Amino acid sequence: MPSPLRLCVRRSPAPDAGQAATLVTLRLPSDVGCIEEAVELVTRHCLAGHRTLKKTRFRLQVVLSEALSNAIVRGNREEREKWVYVRAELMPDTIRVSVTDEGSGFDPSSVPEPIHPGQIDEANGRGLFLIRKLVDAVQFNEQGNSICMILRRP
Amino acid sequence: MGFSQTKDPSGITLVQVEGQLIVGNRQELKELIQAALDRNERRILIDFSRTGYIDSSGLGALVSISKRVRETGGELRLAGLNEDLRSLFELTKLDTLFAIAETPQQALASF
Repeated sequence: MPSPLRLCVRRSPAPDAGQAATLVTLRLPSDVGCIEEAVELVTRHCLAGHRTLKKTRFRLQVVLSEALSNAIVRGNREEREKWVYVRAELMPDTIRVSVTDEGSGFDPSSVPEPIHPGQIDEANGRGLFLIRKLVDAVQFNEQGNSICMILRRP
Repeated sequence: MGFSQTKDPSGITLVQVEGQLIVGNRQELKELIQAALDRNERRILIDFSRTGYIDSSGLGALVSISKRVRETGGELRLAGLNEDLRSLFELTKLDTLFAIAETPQQALASF
């Protein structure tokens, strides 16, 4: 059955990131059912034309899934009129992926470490921790509704 | 992505995670395990040999399932985690919470 989603990906030269860069953007609705397809689409475009280690693909898939889940569930609270925006800047040696929601944002420093004693058997709270462990750098905007994840290509 | 469920000859419930275990389908897995517990199936093996990736919601669902199985006096085993999937359990220290076997066969033999 064809997907009911219309995910739009644009590949174009990134004007402010040098000649070699490519910009991929994608917008998706606040529906967790869209995450898997969005992850596959963005991952494919991010890794196209590069020899990629299996580990890099896996890490990109997991952190994208985490960031989209956070944006849809916590940021946009699954309100269907709100969107999630993905922007990937692809450089020869680096992938910078930003995921932005239309929520009010959060304070990333307020999230407790899930591996502290007493936290390990909690059902929630591992998403941001995993992202930080799996990418080379993480940045947030001031509002806290946009995360930028940077992976170096091996 | 989805789940398939079988029973081995000794009555162990074997659930295979095909594709991803993420926020979009974690509830389905929880309900599937709960239904097995409701049928008095107490030995449960979740096999990840055909799994692509797991997100934190999927890990959280496994934590909830583990608690539920323990509460009912059952046993849960995980198996078939490749190196990447296993790293998620190690990073989050969940490898200390679960009984993890290398292969489904080894897990079945450990009940």
